[in-house]
Amino acid sequence: MRWKTFLAVTAAFLLTGCSASGNWGWYVIDPTTPAGHTNIKFLLSGFGATILVSIIAALLSMTIGLIVALPGMSQNRLLRWPSRVYVEFVRAIPLLPMLFWVFYGLPVVLKSIGINVSIEAFWGAIITLAISDSAFTAEIYRSGIQSIAKGQREAARTIGLSYGQTMRYVILPQAIKRILPPLANQFIYIVKMSAFASVIGMQELTRRANELVVTEYRPLEIYTLLIFEYLVLVLIISFFVRWLERKMGADESR
Amino acid sequence: MNTADQAIKIQGLNKWYGDFQALKDVNLEVAHGERIVICGPSGSGKSTLIRCVNSLETHDDGDIVVDGIAMKDEASINEILSEVGMVFQQFNLFPHLTILQNLTLGPIKARGMAKAAAEERAMKYLERVQIPDQAHKRPSELSGGQQQRVAIARSLCMEPKIMLFDEPTSALDPEMISEVLDVIIDLAESGMTMICVTHEMGFARKAADRMVFMDQGEIIETGTPEEFFSAPKTQRCQTFLNQILQH
Repeated sequence: MRWKTFLAVTAAFLLTGCSASGNWGWYVIDPTTPAGHTNIKFLLSGFGATILVSIIAALLSMTIGLIVALPGMSQNRLLRWPSRVYVEFVRAIPLLPMLFWVFYGLPVVLKSIGINVSIEAFWGAIITLAISDSAFTAEIYRSGIQSIAKGQREAARTIGLSYGQTMRYVILPQAIKRILPPLANQFIYIVKMSAFASVIGMQELTRRANELVVTEYRPLEIYTLLIFEYLVLVLIISFFVRWLERKMGADESR
Repeated sequence: MNTADQAIKIQGLNKWYGDFQALKDVNLEVAHGERIVICGPSGSGKSTLIRCVNSLETHDDGDIVVDGIAMKDEASINEILSEVGMVFQQFNLFPHLTILQNLTLGPIKARGMAKAAAEERAMKYLERVQIPDQAHKRPSELSGGQQQRVAIARSLCMEPKIMLFDEPTSALDPEMISEVLDVIIDLAESGMTMICVTHEMGFARKAADRMVFMDQGEIIETGTPEEFFSAPKTQRCQTFLNQILQH
């Protein structure tokens, strides 16, 4: 199914390209010519930043998500309330406006309270992706933890375990099987959304493609390659997610 | 350490779920070493009552004193929890841990016992419930009866003074009920204070010092098993006994 869609999209791109100019421009990314080779190297050099930003943002998002999710499940309304507000609020903000706000706005806020820093594109992207994604990871944690029967918590309480101990030794080890696959899926979302970081000047895959388009005037060919780059990256993660799901599923039925 | 007259003293206990009153002015005193069996139709508040004793349920009104400790704040609740063990209808073993780990988790993490000492204690209680050979299996590899005996051993590992049983045999296949009841009777004979919610009337006759009959959130009748079974004082109790002893 995925391959058919992919072929249809590729075909559409090629046809549009053909009808517009009448000739191909694949030379820009032809690895056999020195110029094409240099261009490809330039484009691929964005991989490092895309992967690094995605991984750091995902790790932060997983941490923030847990910190938000735990009080969200409390019986105490005062603890639960801020968590719900955070999730609803963050989930409602589109990524791009949040990115602009963090990159251009946050330094102003920090300056007004006496912290004089500018935010690098790299960290601006990480902060935005992490916060934006954390609302979703929080919900993943919540549903995973709440899927563990109440009796487990009660049994832990009757043998004297504290809340923290109950989470650590009883609930989370069981919930992790249900949490990990959707979390890994969420990582794909982060990888794709990291493309937005190009607009604040971060040198990742999309930014590299944009810069090359400006000098080479060959959007079709360059963006086609860009799509391939993301496709390969996501397919690798997707493969890993499948493997993880199978492993977890096998564990479950044991 | 504690010289309270009663193991458990419950006074004027009321509990509501919204508009529904689950417990109505419940008063109950349990002496040290006394074995109480609570019975009554479903929805009569039996489970709710014993779950209030170890604060798995909150109550809206009334006082609970366990072994001289009045239940009020978090600290007193933790103190009470350390004296009260509980066995659930659904066993509630930890499925990701081995039997031995199920038993040592509380002693090691909550009490700070050394692993070796905790395992030694765990094996002692596994022998008491007669399944020491299953120590390294997972709960899912055991039969229901064995799982419930493990759950009893897990409670005993915390060396409680009082044991609460919430319909311990209701989720079991008939042929496994007696192996669990035998363990509970053995415990009863050792002088453990216990409250058991059950419909096993043969067991009640054998193990109980006192029967408590509840209906619609109230304690309707209490008495020794002989009085209770041969000459119930109230009509409601008579009707209930007729229903469950019919077959």
